[in-house]
Amino acid sequence: MAAPKYPRFDTLALHAGQSPDPATGSRAVPVYQTTSYVFRDTEHAASLFNMERAGHVYSRISNPTVAVFEERMAALEGGVGSIATASGQAALHLAVATLMGAGSHIVASGALYGGSHNLLGYTLKRFGIDTTFVQPRDLSAWKKSIRENTRLLFGETLGNPGLDVLDIPAVSAIAHEAKLPLLVDATFTTPYLMKPFDLGADLLYHSATKFLGGHGVAIGGVLVDSGRFDWEASGKFETLTAPYSGFHNMDFEEESGTRAFLLRARREGLRDFGACMAPMTAFQLLQGIETLHLRMPRHVENTRKVVEFLKDSRSVEKVIYPELPDHPDHALAKKLLPLGCGAVFSFEIRGGRAAGRKFIEALRVFSHLANVGDAKSLVIHPASTTHYRMSDEDLKRAGIGPGTVRLSIGLEDAQDLIEDLDRSLRVSQK
Amino acid sequence: MNFNIAGKKAFAYTAAHELDPQKPTMVFIHGAGLDHSWFGLQSRYFGYHGWNVLAVDLPGHGRSEGPPIPTIAGMADWLFHLLTTLKIEKMTLVGHSMGALIALQCAARHPERVERIALIGVAYPMKVGAEFLDAARRDHFDSFDMSTIWGHAAQVPLGGNPNPGMWMYGDTLARLRRLAPGVLYNDLKACNDFALAGNVKCPVLFIVGKRDVMTPPKASVDLQKKLDARVATVEFSGHSLMAEAPDATLDALIEFVQ
Repeated sequence: MAAPKYPRFDTLALHAGQSPDPATGSRAVPVYQTTSYVFRDTEHAASLFNMERAGHVYSRISNPTVAVFEERMAALEGGVGSIATASGQAALHLAVATLMGAGSHIVASGALYGGSHNLLGYTLKRFGIDTTFVQPRDLSAWKKSIRENTRLLFGETLGNPGLDVLDIPAVSAIAHEAKLPLLVDATFTTPYLMKPFDLGADLLYHSATKFLGGHGVAIGGVLVDSGRFDWEASGKFETLTAPYSGFHNMDFEEESGTRAFLLRARREGLRDFGACMAPMTAFQLLQGIETLHLRMPRHVENTRKVVEFLKDSRSVEKVIYPELPDHPDHALAKKLLPLGCGAVFSFEIRGGRAAGRKFIEALRVFSHLANVGDAKSLVIHPASTTHYRMSDEDLKRAGIGPGTVRLSIGLEDAQDLIEDLDRSLRVSQK
Repeated sequence: MNFNIAGKKAFAYTAAHELDPQKPTMVFIHGAGLDHSWFGLQSRYFGYHGWNVLAVDLPGHGRSEGPPIPTIAGMADWLFHLLTTLKIEKMTLVGHSMGALIALQCAARHPERVERIALIGVAYPMKVGAEFLDAARRDHFDSFDMSTIWGHAAQVPLGGNPNPGMWMYGDTLARLRRLAPGVLYNDLKACNDFALAGNVKCPVLFIVGKRDVMTPPKASVDLQKKLDARVATVEFSGHSLMAEAPDATLDALIEFVQ
């Protein structure tokens, strides 16, 4: 007898987390637009509050529509569960706040989304949590930067802006040797292109705003736990392994084992910080996830065509994409990202800032805005927008050239995208 | 709560309460390859409703030191060693799957101390398929897959989890991944080889998942009749009743002990 089979990715993307609604038979996930839930009686109410029964109490803590999104994401990532948040940034904050407090330390890749860099480098420092940033390819720097008070290693599956491929097997091994978990931001890869837990990551999160939704209509995030990190054996995580007076002296690890992290994150993090996801947002994101397995191959296919065009253009100095042989992580990308390196990448336009501005303004199909992962193609020129106050030297230190242009390739006809780029590049060189 | 049993660390969850000799005691015994937290909601309920609760980690499982014990009779002896050490004279036993076999064995061997037993997701005899046993003997990941997939009703990977935000398959797999080599095989073989010695005379409740494919409902019918047991059938649940139907399981237990 062969081993039984799990439902496959495409099926989970459409079904995981939801049976047809028992009350109405609704096949689509209903939007439970409610703040709260009627208790059967006072005994039932007390049992729900004390976690003796499963169910919903208040939509900041859990909501039936949001729970479908959470369970579906956990299923797609192969985790024990997940928590939906108001944004990707809220998911990162929830992870950090659940694991540590003042006096703790994080080792993070220096190649991060600017918002994450701000949170770790500036804001959390004000609350007593320090971060050491390392060059993500420098494995010895990861190891050397771990201190007695380090509680987390953190990086992006594909870094910003140079698409550094995080060597998750190697970095997670360093983390685990130090009895620490590895958290990754998997926004650029989605569970379709990479399964970070299978490579060694312990926790991950997404800005669901991007490819998961794909439609650009909803801001949201999700934090997923693999359930594989043994908090008790580590001995470094009092928030999970010591009685918590804020919840009936609960020892979350003792109470729930593999679910300890998510239990604390929900029962403290959502309760107290309150950065929950709205039910309508969960519904909108679920509409996107249902076609993730169809969209991601097309995103990658279009990106490959655009990259192929740009790398041969005389108006372009360099294209930064891990599938190109000259990218420093080309070999690693082939190993960790066999289905493709996503749809966000940068290139250097010949002519610097001025050419960059002209190029952006000439585009007709690409939308000039600060987002990625939309079904529509997007563009931004960091030197004239997000980083315009920086000198050329500071930009260089941040890995951004005066002519760096970041593209997020959408689902349009690739030929229309190429023609738009071709025409605009010509304009930029005049 | 940690204990020392025969020189080895043993753990039982007590719902953050000290044991009180004035209270009745309910002991929860987990199934193959699992641990005390499989009873999380149910054990917590009784711990906060007037009972001493001991949700044990059998040796080699969860927080209890190994090695695992190779027979159901040996596990029952270990459990009674623990209960005797804690000076618990009378108790209600609640067992899931392999834990239900342990409860049966305890009730047959210590009729003067076991007041009642609740058997959740049990078959008797509990014969384990040769492929499953063989995969577990080789510590092959297939055995985790079989345990996970057959351990839940067919709708579970696609349906909603009563526990918001959790994915039951992922949780089961994560627990199995934490096991030391050989533990799952030890447990499955113990179930496969078990033969009940003696008679059970205390009140017995069977909680049966109608969609259980690991221990199908019909596989416990003869034993139910023999023990003149009460039966609570949960319509939409598979083998993992405490997770798939936590309220129905808890309600059946509450009714049984009232």
